[in-house]
Amino acid sequence: MSAIKVENLCCTYSPKTPFERHAVKNVSFEIKKGDFVGLIGHTGSGKSTLVQMLNGLIKPTSGDVYIDDVNLWENPKEIREFRFKVGLVFQYPEYQLFEETVYKDIAFGPSNMGLSEEEIRERVFRAAKFVGLDYKLLNKSPFDLSGGEKRRAAIAGVIAMDPQVLILDEPTAGLDPVGRNVLLSQISQYQKSRNNTVILVSHSMEDVARVTNKVMVMNKGELKMFDDTKKVFSNARELTQMGLRVPQITKVVESLRSRGVNLPDDILTVDRAVYEITELLKKEGKL
Amino acid sequence: MRDIAFGQYYPSNSILHRLDPRSKILLLVAFIVLVFCTVNYVSLALVVFSVFAVVLLSKVPLRLYFKSLKMIVVIVLITSALNLFYGTGEPVFEWGIIKITLAGINNAIFIAVRILSLILISSTLTFTTSPNDLTDALERLMKPLSIFKVKVHEIAMMMTIALRFVPLLLEETDKIMAAQKARGADMESGSLVQRIKALIPVLIPLFVSAFRRAYELAVAMECRCYQGGEGRTRMKILKMKAKDYVSIFVVIILIVGVVLCNVYLPQTVR
Amino acid sequence: MDFITAQNLVFRYIDEDDQQENIANTRNVLDDVSFTVEKGEFVALLGHNGCGKSTVAKHLNAMLLPSGGKLYVDSIDTTDESEDFAIRRKVGLVLQNPDNQLVASVVEEDVAFGPENLGVEPKEIRRRVDSALRAVDMYDYRNQPPHKLSGGQKQRVAIAGIIAMEPDCIVLDEPTAMLDPKGREEVMSTIKRLNKERGITIVLITHYMDEAVDADRVIVMDEGKVLTSGTPQEVFSQVELLKRHRLDVPQVTELCYKLKARGVNIDTLSLHSDECIKKLLEVLL
Repeated sequence: MSAIKVENLCCTYSPKTPFERHAVKNVSFEIKKGDFVGLIGHTGSGKSTLVQMLNGLIKPTSGDVYIDDVNLWENPKEIREFRFKVGLVFQYPEYQLFEETVYKDIAFGPSNMGLSEEEIRERVFRAAKFVGLDYKLLNKSPFDLSGGEKRRAAIAGVIAMDPQVLILDEPTAGLDPVGRNVLLSQISQYQKSRNNTVILVSHSMEDVARVTNKVMVMNKGELKMFDDTKKVFSNARELTQMGLRVPQITKVVESLRSRGVNLPDDILTVDRAVYEITELLKKEGKL
Repeated sequence: MRDIAFGQYYPSNSILHRLDPRSKILLLVAFIVLVFCTVNYVSLALVVFSVFAVVLLSKVPLRLYFKSLKMIVVIVLITSALNLFYGTGEPVFEWGIIKITLAGINNAIFIAVRILSLILISSTLTFTTSPNDLTDALERLMKPLSIFKVKVHEIAMMMTIALRFVPLLLEETDKIMAAQKARGADMESGSLVQRIKALIPVLIPLFVSAFRRAYELAVAMECRCYQGGEGRTRMKILKMKAKDYVSIFVVIILIVGVVLCNVYLPQTVR
Repeated sequence: MDFITAQNLVFRYIDEDDQQENIANTRNVLDDVSFTVEKGEFVALLGHNGCGKSTVAKHLNAMLLPSGGKLYVDSIDTTDESEDFAIRRKVGLVLQNPDNQLVASVVEEDVAFGPENLGVEPKEIRRRVDSALRAVDMYDYRNQPPHKLSGGQKQRVAIAGIIAMEPDCIVLDEPTAMLDPKGREEVMSTIKRLNKERGITIVLITHYMDEAVDADRVIVMDEGKVLTSGTPQEVFSQVELLKRHRLDVPQVTELCYKLKARGVNIDTLSLHSDECIKKLLEVLL
C-alpha cells in the first residue's frame, strides 16, 4: 500500500502574468509505508513547494495527491484533516513557538485535532520523549530554552499529532555536528519504532546518505531521480551537473574505483568505507 | 498581500525618474493644493490634462496605474454617491426621498476626479522615486525643522529601516501562518472572535522575531560605527539641476492658469 | 606582528537585578582565554554551539568588554571607550543572519552605510562602495533590493558593507550557518580571496570543520576555554579530543584515522580528499 501517491503534479505561481513561474512540473511518484525518503535539490528546485502540496498547504495547479489512497482535494473543506495525517516541520521550526509553556506548545496540534485532555497529555509526553526533550522543560516558557531545545520542542509539536507521514525541511540547519547527529538518530529511531513514512528534505548529502533508504532528486521543478539511496549517489556526475554533491566519502571511493581499486560502488558512510578497505587489504595480505 | 501596486517603485529612466526627489515632493504638494483649488470645469480639465501628461511622462506601464486606482475605486464611488445625494438647490431628478440636484452632480464629478487625480499623481511619485530617495529627500526637506528639536535624522532612519523590513516581515508572516496551519490551526472559519483568537499563534512568533531582528540589526549598525546623524555624510548628494527648475517653472505656470480660470470664470462648485 | 592579542580574557554576564544572589551561579562565558592573531592571518575559531565563540567575536570589536584580562587590537586596549569607533573601523564584524544586518533597501546604499557613518567624503564613499562590491563580486546587483537576493548574495553584500570601511581585519561569526551549500561556497571563496588578495586578516568563527581546513591556524574552544590550537593538520589529527568535545572532523580525516587505528600504514591524517586519495592509492595498489 502506498502512503503517498502523486500524479502529474504541477504548481505554477502567478499564472498568465509576466511573473509566471513553474515551481513544480509534472511530478509523479509513489512512496510506500515505512520508507525513509531523502528529498534533495538545490534552493529553488521546487522542494518546498512540493512538500507543501503533500499536506494541502499549497493547492496544486493540476494533478492529484493521494494520502492512503484518498484524494487530498476531493473535499476541500476537509483539507485540515490531511494536515494531521501528513505532519510538516518547516525549516527553523523554532520560530513558530508561541505558547506560555513548552507543554502547551506541543499540545497545540493535538488540541486542534479535538482530542481529549488525557490523550493530548499522553501524546505530548511521547513526542517529547521521541525528540529527547527533558520532561522538566515542559513547564518552562519555550522562549527560555536553548536553540537546540527549541528546535526539539517544535519538532515534537508536529510529532505529537501522530502523523502517518512526517516531513522535515532541513531539521538540522544551524545545529552543531553533535546536535545534528543526535537529532538525526532520533528521527531515525522514531521512523523505525513507528514504522512511519518520513521525508527528509536536506542539503546535507552526508545526512541523507546516513539515514534514508530512498532518495528523490528535484531539479528546476522536475523530479529527476527517485531510487534507492545507494543507486542515486552512484550517479555522482549527474548530481554534480544539477549543482548537488555526493558525500565526500562516496567521492573518495569513486575516485579510488576509477583508478582500479576493487571496492563496491555503494559506499555511503565512513564506517562502511573503513570496513571495505580493511577487508580488501586483508584479502590481499597487506594487513 | 504582495499584489499591492500603490507605492511600489518602478525602475526606469524617464525624465521624472531623473528629477531631484526633493523637487518631486514639492511639486506633489503643489499639485495636491491645486487639485482642491479647482472650482470650475475649465480649471479641472487643466489639472486633469496635466496629470495625464505627468503619467505619460513617467514611462510607467499604465496597467500599474490602473492597479493602484482599482484599490481606491470603491472609496471613490461611495464618496461620489454621498455627494450626489447631498446637493442643495433645485432637484433635476426625484424618486421618493432621493433627490438629485445639479449641484449634487457637479459635486460628485468633482470629488471623483479630484480623488482619482490625487491617486494618480501620488502614484507617479512613488513609481518614479525609489523609497530610499524618498526618505532621503524628506530628511533634507525637513532639515529646517531640527531647530524645533525635531529628530529629523532619526525619523528618516526609522523610515529607511521600515522600508527594508516590511517585505521581510510579510514573508515571515506567510511562513509562520503556513507553519501553524500545518499544525492544524484554523484561520479560515469561525466567528470573528474565533478568527482573532486564531491569529495569536501567528502574532506572537512574529513579534518575537521582530524584536530579535531589531536587536540584531542594532548590533550590526553599531558594528558599522553608527552613532546617529552627527558627523554623518551621504554617498549620494542631491543637486537641483536645470530640469528641476524647468519643471518647477511649468507647475508655477499651471498654478497661474488655474488661478486665472478661478478668477475670471464662474464657479461650479465651492 | 600580532594584530589581536587576548590575554586571560574572562567574561560573564552580570544580572543587574539581583547581583548578590546570582554572582555565585553565573558561569564564566569566557574563562581565561588567551590567543593572538597576526596581521594577514586566516584564523578559524571552532567550537560547538554555546561554547563562547560568538562572545569572543563581540570582544574583538569592543561590542563586549572583558570582565577580566585584556584584549588589544592593533595595540589599543578595547576597554578604552574613547577608542570604540577606531577599533570598529579596524575590525569589522559580519554576523550570522544576513537579513538582520542589512540596513538599506538598495544594495549599494547599504554598503555605503559604514563609510557614511565614518563621515567619509561622498566621492570617496562612491569609490569604496564600487570597489567593495567588486571585491565580493556583487557589483552587478548594486541597485537591487536585498530581499530579492539569495542568502549567499546577501551575506556577500554584508561583507562588502564591512570592506567599504576599509578594515584591517574581518571577523565573521558563523557567516554560512544559514546558507545552502552554494551560498556557503560563494561566501567561503570570497573570504579566502579577500585574505589572499587584499591581505585582510580573517577570523572565521564556525562549526563546519570543512571550512576550517584551509585556515592558517585553528583555535578550538569549549566551555569558554581554549581547548587546543595549531595548524589545521595538527588540530584535526586529534580526532578523539575533538569528538569528545562535540566536534567532528572531515569525513576523509575520519577515514584515515580509523584506518590507521586498524593498523593500516598511514602516517599523517589527510584533510582534503585529493590528499587522502593519493595516500590510499599508495597503500592499496
